[in-house]
Amino acid sequence: MPSSHKETRRTPGWMGIHRGHKARPLEWLAEKFIFLVSLSTILMVFLIFIFVAREALPVFFGQTDTALVSAVIPPAEMDKHSPAELQKYLELTPEQFKAMDKDTLKTLMDVKVEAQNDIPESFRNSRDARLNTTEWRYLLLPHQWDDYKKPEYIWQPVGQIKKFNIIPLFVGTLKITLIGLLFAVPLAVGAAIYVSQLARPRFREILKPTIELLSGIPSVVVGFFALLVMATVLQKTFGYETRLNAFVAGIALGFAVIPIIFSIAEDALTSVPRAYTQAALALGASRWQTAWQIVLPAALPGVFAAAVLGFGRAIGETMIVLMVCSASVMSWSIFDSARSITTTIAAEMAEAVNGGPHYRILFMLGALLFAATFVSNMIGDFVIHRFKNKLEGKR
Amino acid sequence: MNKIQGRHFRAEKFDFWSFFFSGLTGLATLLILGILATILINIIANGCQGFSWHFVSTIPKKDFFDIKTTGVLPMIVGTTFRVLVMTIFVIPVGVITAIYLTEYAPSNSFITRIIRAAVNNLAGVPSIVFGLFGLGFFINFIGKNLDVLLHNSSAVWGQPALIWASLTLAVMTVPVVIVATEESLKAIPPGLREASLALGATKLETILKIVLPQALPGIMTGGILAVSRAAGEVAPILFTGVAYYMASLPTHLSDQFMDLGYHVFVLSTQSPNIEQTRPILYATVLVLLVLTFALNIVAIIIRSNIRRKMRSLH
Repeated sequence: MPSSHKETRRTPGWMGIHRGHKARPLEWLAEKFIFLVSLSTILMVFLIFIFVAREALPVFFGQTDTALVSAVIPPAEMDKHSPAELQKYLELTPEQFKAMDKDTLKTLMDVKVEAQNDIPESFRNSRDARLNTTEWRYLLLPHQWDDYKKPEYIWQPVGQIKKFNIIPLFVGTLKITLIGLLFAVPLAVGAAIYVSQLARPRFREILKPTIELLSGIPSVVVGFFALLVMATVLQKTFGYETRLNAFVAGIALGFAVIPIIFSIAEDALTSVPRAYTQAALALGASRWQTAWQIVLPAALPGVFAAAVLGFGRAIGETMIVLMVCSASVMSWSIFDSARSITTTIAAEMAEAVNGGPHYRILFMLGALLFAATFVSNMIGDFVIHRFKNKLEGKR
Repeated sequence: MNKIQGRHFRAEKFDFWSFFFSGLTGLATLLILGILATILINIIANGCQGFSWHFVSTIPKKDFFDIKTTGVLPMIVGTTFRVLVMTIFVIPVGVITAIYLTEYAPSNSFITRIIRAAVNNLAGVPSIVFGLFGLGFFINFIGKNLDVLLHNSSAVWGQPALIWASLTLAVMTVPVVIVATEESLKAIPPGLREASLALGATKLETILKIVLPQALPGIMTGGILAVSRAAGEVAPILFTGVAYYMASLPTHLSDQFMDLGYHVFVLSTQSPNIEQTRPILYATVLVLLVLTFALNIVAIIIRSNIRRKMRSLH
């Protein structure tokens, strides 16, 4: 790009003769380069979607299998089965299968039989050991496992029989997110009304950046604060049993979401034309009446968008929830522990075998999370866009 | 609310409900400020006790829960290193995209709107999803294929490494740089560009020699904000490069590293005795906060100056 100053020395006549990109090839190139680089943001979103979904695809297509006990083909009966069946049974790729002679295959089948024989007796008769727990009905519907009295939703990815019911995680995420929003939205919107409408201009200049400072605190620090200080204080105040629960996590999550909701809501309230306020005040309304009955209704789409974007941030927050509560219990009580989707991914990915069913399911959870935040971002942006256009009279 | 409407028509000198609700919103503001102050004061007051020169300049032994021998040097180095590598990638991409969006893009074309939607979306993707993306794309796809191409016998690039953590963070913080740069580019009066063009400079020359120097503070703000955001993030690096413990400092892009934020997480959740490790924990949090927060305050001051300049122009 620095070589572009050569262009200036060219005579005007030269530029008059050639038009289009031939006149200034470097300039043209640079423009295209800038355009291509800016396309990379689209590429990034696309890649995120592709590569998170790619690792999760086998779950969607039912290609994962966790059944411990399966039907055994005795090596003697090898000839009765077609090569395709054998290849699937031995979990080989077609190339691997072709490269092996009959003796190797026989050995492999012996290994398979022995592996089945190694499973403890108590286990071989269990119903659960025959199940592929990554099927959709076990992921979404309650199932009566051995030793359980009634069908239940259970997420228990470790142990002999891996239980992958994702409903408790959904409930946990929803519970924590709703507590966080119930705490954050009124506070943030209240503060936004105060700062944008009621506070004196000199205060406003200081208040806005100060509240936005809250977003500069890393979430791991908020989590640490909630774990060490807030959990104890809240337990003393409310007197519940479990020290670390969804309630503490929700409030801490609120801390992280407040600056976002505040910032967007404040922008929306400030962008309401001054004429509205002045007209209301001239008619004798008090400052509060103007703010509540004139400015807030006019800015409502923006405030709504702020809440939606706050929701998107809240369901994606990881470290706070990971530090404050993590046991996966199926319960709607806010004073019980809960485990969110993000926490599950963060805590269990390290143990999950690369490419195994657990790994795939964690990626599937990530894909669902991505989809959820994608939708809430889209709604939020769309509403804000409409709102801005309407205020500017563009429609 | 009904009561307010009832009193709506009377011109009163003192309206109780107005006073009440104004007070309520004021209280909400105060409460938020209170939360911020409590967190900061609590951390600074407790953090100063365990904080010392020895603490920030020592490489700890394997058991870093011991107050006397522990230190955070490798974490500071790791965090700084990964953030610096990130800036190399994120600043050019972010600034060039912002230049496209403000200087070149036709304002309402389809492609511009898609780019804007992508930027907004990127800003809203949960940080843990970036972590999964880093694992699925950088490590399992690019890294593993790189190992095959280079004929490495053992995994060099196909495993968690500093470069993958930095790249993941770069993808995450691109929107921060774009938004800040765009804001500062828009704050430059159009007359400046027109004057330059009228003197015969090309569009590219105008951008490089007139617009960009003027926008430099804004670009710096974007960079600082991105750095401070990335320095505090833990979720994206969990599977892409952070190590629980390393005896030496990272020297190569394919090394793993220790990290301040992750260390805070480890200390507060895996400590054998939380009461004993409390001083180390607070001191570590203080170091992290100084790193991220100080940067943030600098960014906010520059930014508010730009905003003031912009307001005086319009």
